[in-house]
Amino acid sequence: MNYLENGHSLRSWLGSTDHKRIAILYALAISAFFFVGGAAATLIRLELATPAGDLVSHDTYNRLFTAHGVIMVWLFLIPSIPSVLGNFLVPLMIGARDLAFPRLNLLSWYLYIAGGLIILAALFLGGVDTGWTFYTPYSTMFSNSWVAVTLAGVFVTGFSSILTGLNFIVTVHTLRVPGLGWFKLPLFVWALYATSIILVLATPVLAITALLVVAERLWQIGVFDPAHGGDPLLFQHLFWFYSHPAVYIMVLPAMGVVSEIVPCFARQRIFGYRFMAYAILAIASIGFLVWGHHMFVSGQSLAASMVFSLLSFLVAIPSAIKVFNWTATLYKGAIHFDAPMLYALGFVGLFTIGGLTGLILASLSLDVHLTDTYFVVSHFHYIMVGGSVMAYFAGLHFWWPKVTGRMYSDTWARIAAVLIFLGFNFTFFPQYLLGVQGMPRRYHAYPPEFQVLNLFSSAGAVVLALGYLLPLAYLGWSLRAGRAAGANPFAATGLEWTTPSPPPTHNFEHLPQAPDEVYGYDPNASLPEPAE
Amino acid sequence: MSASLPLERHREAVAAARTASLGMWIFLGSELLFFGGLLMAYLYARTHWPQGFGQASARTHVVLGTLNTGLLLTSSALVALAVACQGPTGRGRWVPWLLGAGAALGTAFLAIKGWEYRSEWREGLFPGPGFALKAVAGAELFFVLYFLLTGLHSVHLLVGVALLVAFGRGTRKKRAWAAPRRVEAAALYWHFVDVVWIFLYPLLYLVNRHG
Repeated sequence: MNYLENGHSLRSWLGSTDHKRIAILYALAISAFFFVGGAAATLIRLELATPAGDLVSHDTYNRLFTAHGVIMVWLFLIPSIPSVLGNFLVPLMIGARDLAFPRLNLLSWYLYIAGGLIILAALFLGGVDTGWTFYTPYSTMFSNSWVAVTLAGVFVTGFSSILTGLNFIVTVHTLRVPGLGWFKLPLFVWALYATSIILVLATPVLAITALLVVAERLWQIGVFDPAHGGDPLLFQHLFWFYSHPAVYIMVLPAMGVVSEIVPCFARQRIFGYRFMAYAILAIASIGFLVWGHHMFVSGQSLAASMVFSLLSFLVAIPSAIKVFNWTATLYKGAIHFDAPMLYALGFVGLFTIGGLTGLILASLSLDVHLTDTYFVVSHFHYIMVGGSVMAYFAGLHFWWPKVTGRMYSDTWARIAAVLIFLGFNFTFFPQYLLGVQGMPRRYHAYPPEFQVLNLFSSAGAVVLALGYLLPLAYLGWSLRAGRAAGANPFAATGLEWTTPSPPPTHNFEHLPQAPDEVYGYDPNASLPEPAE
Repeated sequence: MSASLPLERHREAVAAARTASLGMWIFLGSELLFFGGLLMAYLYARTHWPQGFGQASARTHVVLGTLNTGLLLTSSALVALAVACQGPTGRGRWVPWLLGAGAALGTAFLAIKGWEYRSEWREGLFPGPGFALKAVAGAELFFVLYFLLTGLHSVHLLVGVALLVAFGRGTRKKRAWAAPRRVEAAALYWHFVDVVWIFLYPLLYLVNRHG
C-alpha cells in the first residue's frame, strides 16, 4: 500500500505524521500563497506599465509591494524547497522511515498555516505599507497599517522554520541507513542540512526583532526609538542578521536540487563532490557574516562597510565553485534536455547573472549609486525567482513521478520551462537597465523616459505568469491520465529511486542498502526516452 | 515482512535514544540566538548610556535577585540529581521527588519575581508615562530591557516548571512516555533557563551598581 492510499479522509491527511503527506500539505499551502503573492506582483507590474500613478493610489501601491514581499519571502520561498521537497525526500534519500520527530513535523505545518493566516488577515484588514523589511522608525512610530499583526504572523511562521530545521538536523545525524557515511550523502541532503543550521540559528533573531518592534508599537517605548536613547540602526543590524542568511535559506536548497538533476541528465558523476559539499558549508557560514552589505548607505562606519564588502566578495568563491562544478559535470556528458534539466540549466544561468550583479552591489562605491534602485530589485529577483523558484520547479518536475507515481507530458513541461526562462528575463533584465539609469524602487509613478523599459518588464511579466500557470494544467492532467512512472523513470541514483513510486507508507519494504558511491552514473548507459 | 526488520527496529531504538537530547541541544542553540538578539540590544544600549544604566541598575532589588539566583541554582542541582538517579542505579524512586522539588523552587522564583515586579511598578520603574527616573538619560531604556529580558526568561521558566511537573507525575506513575531520555531532555531545558539567568543576574543587578 502506498502512502497516497493510506486513508482518504480529510482527517487522515490533516492529522498525518507521515513526512510524505505533510510535504503534500505544504505543497498545497505554498502554491496557494504563491498565487496570492503573484497576484500582488501582477498589480504592481500593471501599475508600472504607465508612468502616471493611475491604477492604484500610492498608499495601495505600498501595501501591494509589501504584501508581495512578505508573502513570497516567508510563506513561499523559505518553506518551498525545504518543507515540500526536503520533507518528502530527506528521509527517503537517507533510507529512513520518517523524520526524527514526525509529530513535530506536523506541528510545523500547523504553525506555518497559523502564521500564514495571521498574515493574510492583516492583509485583508488593510495591509501593511512598510515594505517587507519593516524598517524603524517608520514601522514603530509612523506607519498607520497592520504592522503588529503581520509581524505576529511572521513570528509564528518563524517557529515553524525552526522546528523544521531542527527536525532535519537530528534526522540526518541519527537516521542514516547503516553504511551511508556523510560523504555518501546526496548533495541535496547536504544542502538541506546546511539550510537547517541557518534556519535554527538565524530565525530566532528575526523572532526577537519582531517582538521588539511589536513591543515598541504597543508600548510606545523601546530600543529602536532615538527619543528614548534607542537606535533605529540596531533594527537594521538585527533584521539583516536574519534576512541575509535567509537568502541562503532560499538558495542553498535550490543548489541541492540542481546538484541532483545535472548529473542525472548528463549521465555523469558530479564533478568535485567533496568541494560541492564544502562549498555548501562555506556559503552557509560566511553567509552569517555579510549582513552589513545591506547597510552601506545607512551611516554605519566605513571600516565596518569595508569588512562587510570584503566578506561579501568571499561568498562568491564557494558560489563560483558550485557553478563551475555543475558546468564541469556537463563536460563530455551525455546531456538529455528533459524538462527537469531545462529548469536546472535555467537556474545555473540565472543564478550566475544574479550572483555577478551581487558582486557589483557588494562594491562600496557602486552600491552607493545603485542602492534602492531597480538594479537591486532585479538582482534579488534573479537569485530568488531565477534561482530558487526555477530550482523549485526543476525539483517538482524531477520528483513528480516519485511523489505521484505518474508521468507528465515532457513536451508541455519543456514549453513551460522555456516560457518561464524567457518571461523571467523579459521581466527582470530591463530592470537592471532601469536601475543603472537611476529609477528608484517602491514608487508607483515614474518619469516618462523610463516607460519603454517598464513596458518591456510588464509585458515579460505576462509571459512569466503564463509560464507559471501552465504546470497547473499539465501536472494536474498527469494525475488523471499520466502513465505510470515506475520506480525510477530517469534511471537516477539515490535511495529514493530504489523504492516504488509512490513510495509505501513506511518508505521501504526492505531496509535499503547504502550505495557504494554517490552519483555512480555511467555515461555509456542510456536514459529511457521521455514521455511524448 | 523481511528478516531485516528486527535490525531496523534496533537501529531506530538506538537512534531514538539520541534524538531527544540532540533535538533539545539544537533547540537550545536556537534559544541562545533568541536571547542573543536582546543581549545585543543590551550591549549596544549599555555602551551608549553607561551612567544611566548604572544609576538605573542601582534601583533593582539586588537582595531578591540574589535570593532568586540561589533558588534557581539549587533547583538545577536537584534536577541534575534526578537525571543521575535514573536508569540502573536503583535510585529511580527519587526521580519524581527531585523533579517536583525543582519545580517547587522554580515556582518560588516566579513568585518572588512577581513580588519584585509589583514593587517596581509601585516605585514607578515601569517604563512609560510616570517613569521615576525620567531625568536620567538611558535609565528608561535599561528598564525596557530589564522587563523584556526577565519577562521572557520568566515565560521560559513557566514552561520549564510545567515540564518538570509533567515529568514528575509521569515518572511517579511510571508512564511509558516519561522515559529517561525525555527526562534528560527536559532537564537540559531547565539548565538552559538557569544558565540564561546566570547571565541576566550580573548584567541587570550587579554591573556598575555603585558607579
